[in-house]
Amino acid sequence: MEPDDIETGDAIRPGKPVVVDRYKKGARINHWITAACLILLALSGLALFHPSLFFLTGLFGGGQNTRALHPWIGVVLFFSFAGLFFRFWRANLPKRVDAEWLAHANDLLAGHEEKMPEVGKYNAGQKFIFWSMTTLIVILIGTGILIWDQYFYAWATIPQKRVAVLAHSLAAVVIICVWIVHVYAAIWVRGTINAMTRGSVTGGWAWRHHRLWLKELAERHKFKKPTAPAE
Amino acid sequence: MEPSPHTAQSNPPVSNVVSNLSERDLVRRSASTIPPPARQLEPVAKLIDVSKCIGCKACQSACIEWNDTSPAIETNVGVYENPHDLTPEMFTLMRFTEWDNPQTGNLEWLIRKDGCMHCEDPGCLKACPAPGAIVQYSNGIVDFVHENCIGCGYCVKGCPFDIPRISKVDHKAYKCTLCSDRVAVGQGPACAKACPTHAISFGTKEDMNKLADSRIKDLKSRGYDNAGLYDPQGVGGTHVMYVLHHNDQPEIYANLPRDPRISPVVNAWKGMAKYVGFAAMGLAAAAGILHSAFVGPNRVTREDEEKAENLVKDNA
Repeated sequence: MEPDDIETGDAIRPGKPVVVDRYKKGARINHWITAACLILLALSGLALFHPSLFFLTGLFGGGQNTRALHPWIGVVLFFSFAGLFFRFWRANLPKRVDAEWLAHANDLLAGHEEKMPEVGKYNAGQKFIFWSMTTLIVILIGTGILIWDQYFYAWATIPQKRVAVLAHSLAAVVIICVWIVHVYAAIWVRGTINAMTRGSVTGGWAWRHHRLWLKELAERHKFKKPTAPAE
Repeated sequence: MEPSPHTAQSNPPVSNVVSNLSERDLVRRSASTIPPPARQLEPVAKLIDVSKCIGCKACQSACIEWNDTSPAIETNVGVYENPHDLTPEMFTLMRFTEWDNPQTGNLEWLIRKDGCMHCEDPGCLKACPAPGAIVQYSNGIVDFVHENCIGCGYCVKGCPFDIPRISKVDHKAYKCTLCSDRVAVGQGPACAKACPTHAISFGTKEDMNKLADSRIKDLKSRGYDNAGLYDPQGVGGTHVMYVLHHNDQPEIYANLPRDPRISPVVNAWKGMAKYVGFAAMGLAAAAGILHSAFVGPNRVTREDEEKAENLVKDNA
């Protein structure tokens, strides 16, 4: 049986350097739609979260438009993220090695990645991002519908709406923090962003950060012939 | 400039007058910090004496007429309320309750004119995210400024009395204005002017307190031992007050809240959540910047690439 963390399209392209395909085009498009939605939601949501940020409504054509658009962007995000969820959930299932990895998280942050255990396609930090995003998006869409008065006014009482709007704002704060960690990690670990833009990483990147995944791919001969043979 | 009116009975002005409610009379403006007002207007109040109300709905008609609204014609479902609730087109509503008084065995017909209470500490204004969409004047009137309203419905969640309604037509919030446009030119609210039994009075809050005292004394002399004034302190007092013959149990008057206050959930949302939220987001961003400055990037080495190449060679 194929290991959980080998996703469709993952393959090694031998050469110098070795190139490893990590995300197919569909996954990348899906990711960037989700990313755009999340950023637009953060901007429009923050505009209504604090008066000092109300000026952000200008980006959406005023307060009325911001109020009207925000929930619809949320709906797009929900379905877009659902696409990512079904692509990635299996590879993000927790494994025994995750506990060990987390125990060494300080070494990683201090720049001693060589002390970390070998991990598969996703390390415990990435899995944490995945599952927090999943949970928070479910909370946000659920509470969001309860305060989407234009269509769902009658779905909740006013006291329930108060709890919903508080939970919505707190979940939004947490998801923005998770997003900051996600973006920082992608920048800090050089060579990562290429995985989401071009779809591939170098063999060295995979060896350094996801050695188990690379070894699994190599063992299963998940090789792709180089497009232009190196003569 | 006209002085604040002392009764609702004054005749309309016959010459052009300047509004006595302006931007500089604001004590609060939603989602804004404003300088203290240039002057303090005399606090005003509307006093609704439920013991004098005959349920004629003249106040509702006057409200519709003055505010030029058109509430939809509904169906009679066997109750007196008409329309069945406050709507974006109906800012005030007579609510009827048939109450079985357990002490006397009498059936009492309680009629309460519902509408904005003009809280001294307005929950709607606290919740509002749109600068200047809700304002409070130094005479106590809480008003919605529709050109600034974004229709989010936060005021609905902030209000302890379930008063604001969002229009499905223009997506803006509506409620009783205490006829701020009439008060601004020395007139009392339309409902007070129309009330045939003087169950609705309007004037300075001080005068209305005095009037309420005399009414309560009268009601007590008639056997209503629990008669009293409803001016709930949980919201800092209100600029619409009730004389209730059963002030010990306000909930019998169509669920008038006993101790209304801005919900602690709303306070947490509008207070703690903002500070904690900004702090959390700021810390996350700062942690990234500091980590990047002190640890530096995590780069793939030449050795890593060679190891990968060897691995692939061995397995190919």
